[in-house]
Amino acid sequence: MHGRPRKASKPEDEAASTAKAQKLRALQTQFFSFHHSKIYTKEAVELSAKLLEINPESYTAWNYRKLAVEHYLSQPDCNPESVKSVLDDELRVVESALRQNFKSYGAWHHRKWVLSKGHSSIDHELRLLDKFQKADSRNFHAWNYRRFVAELMNRSEKDELKYTEDMIYTNFSNYSAWHNRSVLLSALLEKKAEGFLLKENLLPEEYEFIHQAIFTDPDDQSGWFYHLWLLDQTVTTDHPLLVSTWPAHGSDVFLVGDRCQNGSFSPFTTVLSDSGSFPIVLYFNQPVKGVSSSTVIIECGFNKNEELLWEPLSVSNLQTAQVWVAHLKFPTSELDSSVEISVGYSKEIVSPRGSQYSHPSTFSFKVHVQPVERDSSRVSVAENILWREENFKAYRAQSEESIPIVSFDQLCIKNGHESTPIVSFDQLCIKNGHESTASNWQTEALAKEVECFRELLSLMDCKIGKLTLARLLTAYDVMSFPFANKLDEYSSVLLRKMTSSEESLLQHCFQYKDSVSSAIGNPICLRLNNLSLSRIRAFERLLWVQILDLSHNELESIEGLEAMQLLYGLSLGNNKLRSLTALEPLRKLKSLRVLDLSYNQIGDHSIDTTRYLCSSPLSHSAGSELNDVALINYWEAFYMFKDLKLNQLDIVGNTVADEKFKSVLVKIMPSLKRLDGQLLD
Amino acid sequence: MADASFGFSTLQMGELAIGKHVQYILSVEKKKDSFESVVMDHLRMNGAYWGLTTLDLLGKLDSVNADEVISWIMTCQHESGGFSGNIGHDPHILYTLSAVQVLALFNKLDVLDIDKVATYITGLQNEDGSFSGDMWGEVDTRFSYIAICCLSILRCLDKINVEKAVSYILSCKNLDGGFGCTPGGESHAGQIFCCVGALAIMGSLHHVDKDLLGWWLCERQVKSGGLNGRPEKLPDVCYSWWVLSSLIMIDRVHWIDKEKLVKFILDCQDLENGGISDRPDDAVDVFHTYFGVAGLSLLEYPGLKAIDPAYALPVNVVNRIFFGR
Repeated sequence: MHGRPRKASKPEDEAASTAKAQKLRALQTQFFSFHHSKIYTKEAVELSAKLLEINPESYTAWNYRKLAVEHYLSQPDCNPESVKSVLDDELRVVESALRQNFKSYGAWHHRKWVLSKGHSSIDHELRLLDKFQKADSRNFHAWNYRRFVAELMNRSEKDELKYTEDMIYTNFSNYSAWHNRSVLLSALLEKKAEGFLLKENLLPEEYEFIHQAIFTDPDDQSGWFYHLWLLDQTVTTDHPLLVSTWPAHGSDVFLVGDRCQNGSFSPFTTVLSDSGSFPIVLYFNQPVKGVSSSTVIIECGFNKNEELLWEPLSVSNLQTAQVWVAHLKFPTSELDSSVEISVGYSKEIVSPRGSQYSHPSTFSFKVHVQPVERDSSRVSVAENILWREENFKAYRAQSEESIPIVSFDQLCIKNGHESTPIVSFDQLCIKNGHESTASNWQTEALAKEVECFRELLSLMDCKIGKLTLARLLTAYDVMSFPFANKLDEYSSVLLRKMTSSEESLLQHCFQYKDSVSSAIGNPICLRLNNLSLSRIRAFERLLWVQILDLSHNELESIEGLEAMQLLYGLSLGNNKLRSLTALEPLRKLKSLRVLDLSYNQIGDHSIDTTRYLCSSPLSHSAGSELNDVALINYWEAFYMFKDLKLNQLDIVGNTVADEKFKSVLVKIMPSLKRLDGQLLD
Repeated sequence: MADASFGFSTLQMGELAIGKHVQYILSVEKKKDSFESVVMDHLRMNGAYWGLTTLDLLGKLDSVNADEVISWIMTCQHESGGFSGNIGHDPHILYTLSAVQVLALFNKLDVLDIDKVATYITGLQNEDGSFSGDMWGEVDTRFSYIAICCLSILRCLDKINVEKAVSYILSCKNLDGGFGCTPGGESHAGQIFCCVGALAIMGSLHHVDKDLLGWWLCERQVKSGGLNGRPEKLPDVCYSWWVLSSLIMIDRVHWIDKEKLVKFILDCQDLENGGISDRPDDAVDVFHTYFGVAGLSLLEYPGLKAIDPAYALPVNVVNRIFFGR
């Protein structure tokens, strides 16, 4: 099927082929009659060997041979000598079949099956494997079989590690060998085997090793992916960690009802709440399980910890997510209270692979509640947002009103004030001139790598090398390295830079000019328009945002946006969203009331790239709530919008938004008051 | 590299010879006497799936006699509930999925005793959540995908232990974000498709590091525009399916150059006799014809039905299964 040249068939070739085919058919027919009649004579078994020699893919013949062996082993007159001879026969048949096709699943499995009957020596098998390695060092069947034999015959991981070393020195471009090396090293590190206790002793040597490969041929991918793994091993810990929270540690949160009067509160941390509760968001470095009111303890004067329900912000119903939220109810009367939250003191928060949460910590913040004034003549703040340039004014600190400045650290950066280990490659943030939170060997290792590759890449143009270096430099928070918009890296770097200092962040902070809402409680609108953003990142630093303007970018995805639990108003106008299912992250935004989706590409594409990243029956992540036959053709709209409580929606400029579709939306969302600028009755 | 527009100018690129490919597929079905055909006898059930799905994507499923196909399929079902690759052969999970998929194409899933098929498949799940191919115990993540896809089409996924199935697949995740056939197995695009597809159907894609895997996958694109299955290997049209559908399921397909890939696939056509080969100027076969056409569908090539990246069936067939009456 693979690698055969295309050529016109000549009549003599066809005749020869037909003759061969007839022979094979005859063999097959005879084989079937033996198999179906359960005949296992020497002659019958011989026939199956002949068949497998010509066609090792004829899987039923391998099954038959296993039945024949089992039949023989159950005979009363079988003895160890004859058993050995029978099994030797099987091994010979496998070897002959593998010569025909060394990628035959059936042949390799048969060999494993024979070996599990307790026969053949490890030396014999390893010699066989050497032969295959020489023929094709990337034959994954052979590598799998090697791992099988090593386990079956208790060959030490250290010996196997030496083998990968030998293979790599024979040929650096042996991805399979590097891969096997990573598997063995991971196992040894996890077992804390002797000599493999500390990464800081092991990794520098591995770096030396991989440098040899990369410098020999920088364009060969084998080395680069292994190098990326080493970097990851240097930086990350398997254990889940808390990266960021909202409210942030040490912050003051002002909660106001939707109509209020006086006070001087910062628009950064004033939250409008019409639900009588506010969210507490925990942002981890990886998906975790086990977040509940017994692993996260909240101490506050006005609420009982046990009543809190922690919800994972992910599509799956398997109770695993990187971001978790709980809603804390607050009283309607005036309140100034402290809240303390302890995370991970009991060891049940775990990663999917079972690594326990480490570094239990506590964070605290103050909550101030402003009494609600009931005045029905006032319009609700910013209920109708018109996302036009002229409606926003830049936020100017201090000079105008005496609004207390919010400390940037309280807004954007994470959980504790005590030093925490490096959390993950992407979140690594070693600022110039600041105390790094990394321990020495990690910083040293990374510095060395950056140095090493800067030099290499100045000498040659190596695409994959540049990407690796870009990731390293992101870790180092340096912006000067130029590269094209590959892998959405540009957006990632831009957003990290923007959220890394108070100055750069404030440049994007605006407030809505609506005269009514110039009273307190007009939250900050973060405006990130016209930045060619293809992806949004750095969510852990944006948890405080209530109004977000992302219009006029290149966004095809809003993956991760579910973390922004405070979002009230969102504009995604003039982007490249291609399907309704891409809106999945919005379903978790309980406070979202205003949404602009105008001028995207929803309805233009036949292939949906977020079909399996959304909640639907296709991925068993939604039930069969769709009972209305009339809505079946609009199932995507149904699942995406049914849980949203929008007041205002703009969807004009999308192919999907015809009159029928708009009437379906109105049906699905009874709370909707405005659609494409028109008031609904 | 990112695809700026989603429209294609068919004047600049080659064209898909739809008529020729339909003819080719129908002719292969009839030609059972060549050596190549006999040697593939045991996987005729897979061949039926490849050929018929391609015909459906090209809008020509009605060129075959559905009843004939269906009655042949049912003669391949065994007592155990599993299906064999052809008459006379033993049952195996590989052919069970193809049988169910073909019946879905014809909207004839009702001819099945669903419990019987489900029992065969659930009986193949092991303690650790993995699946065996048949009673002889070969374990491979391909079989996990097959079991999950098949039971899902039959609307009875809850009959297996989903949580363990997920954790077994995750135990096959590698340093590069990809997946192998068993724990410790090297990442390979085919296995990645199976694992990502299975996780997709089980609503568990959040376990996949999409950026890391997306990067590994988009590095499969070589200079000619084709995709290979592992680093430092040759491109092959079948990876246009396995790599591409994986990228689509994790929403990273904009990281490859789609136009170049379309051109590569079209270059693999045999414009005289119909059919698509693994590489330009190689011999064609039904396997590569299916993957080439399916790949083009995922790339939104005009004139083709849309295919679902997880179930590997036309989107209208999948919608019919989950939302139809």
